[in-house]
Amino acid sequence: MHITTDPWVWVAFFFTLSVYTFLWKDNFLYKIAEHVTVGVGMGFAIALWWQQTVIGQFWIPLKTDFAHNFHLIVPAIMGLMMVTRVIPRFAWMSRYALAFTIGAGAGLGLPRVIQASILQQLSATLLPINFTAHGLGYNLIIFIGVLSGLIYFFFSKEHKGVIGGIANIGIWFLMVGFGATFGYTVMARLSLFIGRVLFILKDVLGMQLS
Amino acid sequence: MTFWEKLEKLDRRIIYAIITLAVVLPFFFRMGLPISVSPEVKAVYDYIDNLSPNDVVFISGDYDPQVDAELTPMFEAIVRHCFEKNVKLVVANVYNPQGVGLVEPRLKKLAQEYKKVYGVDYVFLGWKYGASLLIMKMGQDFKSAWEVDYYNTRLEDLPLTSRIRNYDDIALVVDLTGSGAYISWIYYAYVQYKQKIAAGITAVMAADSYPYLQAGQLIGLLGGLRGAAEYEQLIHHPGLASVGMEAQSWAHVAIILFIIMGNLGYFMTRRKK
Repeated sequence: MHITTDPWVWVAFFFTLSVYTFLWKDNFLYKIAEHVTVGVGMGFAIALWWQQTVIGQFWIPLKTDFAHNFHLIVPAIMGLMMVTRVIPRFAWMSRYALAFTIGAGAGLGLPRVIQASILQQLSATLLPINFTAHGLGYNLIIFIGVLSGLIYFFFSKEHKGVIGGIANIGIWFLMVGFGATFGYTVMARLSLFIGRVLFILKDVLGMQLS
Repeated sequence: MTFWEKLEKLDRRIIYAIITLAVVLPFFFRMGLPISVSPEVKAVYDYIDNLSPNDVVFISGDYDPQVDAELTPMFEAIVRHCFEKNVKLVVANVYNPQGVGLVEPRLKKLAQEYKKVYGVDYVFLGWKYGASLLIMKMGQDFKSAWEVDYYNTRLEDLPLTSRIRNYDDIALVVDLTGSGAYISWIYYAYVQYKQKIAAGITAVMAADSYPYLQAGQLIGLLGGLRGAAEYEQLIHHPGLASVGMEAQSWAHVAIILFIIMGNLGYFMTRRKK
């Protein structure tokens, strides 16, 4: 065991413990850790964005070769128009920049989203049903799960009789889905805790773990 | 007050203490629990394992410190595998600028360990504004999309990136993310360019990602610390994820016991009423 003398590791150790003090109750140390995390994260992102985007992709290209890069002024002006939201008198200008962003985003995204999340998912549901050693009727289960799940969310007809029965099967599929998601969530939260324990044992206390 | 009533009023801090013990003690008293490999992790391993030395794998470290514990072991395991196979690596942080500080030092360290040359065997691009637009532009012209690497060297001047034209020259994109970034890779790289994509994601998102795996939009999937541990087993290099899995297993046992006891207590006290 070799306890670290690196002050930054001790800073990280302090904030790790500060965050976990919340398990006892909300307190000043937790608040400090929370605010520092948000502040540092945002500060880092802004500094990087300023340096790489505003300076790197706008100011330097414009300064070095204005003739070939003058078109960059257009997105720069639109970016400034976004900021006009903070001045009520000129806030209307931001709508044009927003309209462009939303329009371009939707135009670029929608066809791909429909393709990937609807059409390709639909074709992945309608697969040949087989009971081979590899398949074991999985495709049939997927088909029943999707169909009954969709019927459960079909509210134009009362869930009675056959429709009600299929909707009930849909509920079981949904419950299995929620259970799997909850199980994975528990695993994820524990993984983060294990990460912090590993940090304390390995980086702070210098223990050999691998 | 009966045992079950006492159990219902148990201070939550006792539960926290028991979970903490279940996580910490396995690091000191190891039982060597086996880690079985799931088909979705094996698929990623097999795909990379079958690549030839000149093939390029693009890894996007789209994550921040909050999920470092789950995703960095994945990153290290995949980089190790690529370096062992002499597969070329291009690493970036397309969606998350905070990933730069997490990925770059580890990549450098592993490159030194495997004696890899920067610009020839691997390149680090860092983060650039654009995200989905950047992904689309990479499909048209990789070099004009990124222009320079993280250290401001032009991509044309680096032997590795100078030969990458677009996704035709990238064998696999691996997206490591704690958000829905991998879905954007599917939308913009898979749908339009049929780029092969593998995802390494946090466990909290794993259940939602299986439809994409089922539809063949992902070639494979690493879910949470377990996914990383499985990959470490496959490359025969057990690291921190494998070490952490024993703690995870014992903590799961403790939670399962709590759930059973909680339900038993609920039914027993309800029957009494």
